[in-house]
Amino acid sequence: MTNPKKGQTRITIYPDWCKACGLCVAFCPAKVLEIDVAAGCARAVREQECVNCGFCELHCPDFAIVVTPRGKTRNGGTQPPQENGN
Amino acid sequence: MAEVTQLIHEYLRHDKKFPHVLCPGCGHGILLGSLIRSVHALGIPKDDVALVAGIGCSGRVAVYVDFNTVHAVHGRALTVATGIKMAKPDMHVIVVQGDGDALSIGGNHFIHAARRNIGLTVLVLNNFIYGMTGGQCSSATPLGCWSTTTPYGQMEKSFDFVEMTRAAGANFVSRGTVFHVKTLDKLVRQALVHPGFSLVEVLTPCHTQFGRKNKFKSPVDMYQWLKKAAMPLEAYEKLDPDKRAGRIPIGVFVDNHEPALETRYAAMRAKLAKG
Repeated sequence: MTNPKKGQTRITIYPDWCKACGLCVAFCPAKVLEIDVAAGCARAVREQECVNCGFCELHCPDFAIVVTPRGKTRNGGTQPPQENGN
Repeated sequence: MAEVTQLIHEYLRHDKKFPHVLCPGCGHGILLGSLIRSVHALGIPKDDVALVAGIGCSGRVAVYVDFNTVHAVHGRALTVATGIKMAKPDMHVIVVQGDGDALSIGGNHFIHAARRNIGLTVLVLNNFIYGMTGGQCSSATPLGCWSTTTPYGQMEKSFDFVEMTRAAGANFVSRGTVFHVKTLDKLVRQALVHPGFSLVEVLTPCHTQFGRKNKFKSPVDMYQWLKKAAMPLEAYEKLDPDKRAGRIPIGVFVDNHEPALETRYAAMRAKLAKG
């Protein structure tokens, strides 16, 4: 059984702003995110599992994470085809 | 959910240094986001908002956001805000204070601002400790908790901000946590439009100074604790009094509609002008 909400989103993390507090990683219901210790920030390792609940975006204390619907840019335009995750 | 972060970025002062100075996992950033979303949702223009902050970690909140901001003297944010509100009654004056700033050092100002019922929106960021100055105990440090100045545990009882503000006569008194963001958004929105003195006590974790000394291994543990301890006021009231220990009620405690000080003042001026 696949959740129809899954895989509809693209997650962008601003690595310079993220402080790796782990809040998004700990509370993500779909376990999408993980801390990249070497880079010192969170990474969306299982982006296809995202159910677009918005927890991470509402709770990020550093305003460093954006969840966008696939096929749209943050400014509302259409996504260029050569997107590459983070 | 795409619009949330983008909206916040539109309200930030990008010429300031980012990321902000607050520690990893600090809830102050979440409150700032909530405040921005609430102001935007109510359609209040940036220029009609005055954000007055005190000293401490909470004082940094005012630095990063593009409203009319004042970084006031320690404990005296409410006095500056009172002046602004009396001079410009149409302005939305928001005060952001910490627990030490609002009720330890500026305690008297707080009581009297609530008594006057002046139309301020006061957000008290209660992190149970003096965070910026090195983790000394504040008037909000719970009984038995450890801090730099109480190495064997706090012996004094802590302030109940909600009960105190209710007793002082404020119009709107509520409590939220940074974990329950949607409830917090609702409370901040209600406080912004409510006439008279409106308090939102926001429980926010300070892992660096409070959590590490009180058996919280990570900032995430503190959020887990908030998630577990906080419960809606209605459910809390139905709870058996024996089971209430350790639970924190959140929600709206006082919702009165008495006229605010600036309304009384305007009425008095109009009366005297008639002669």
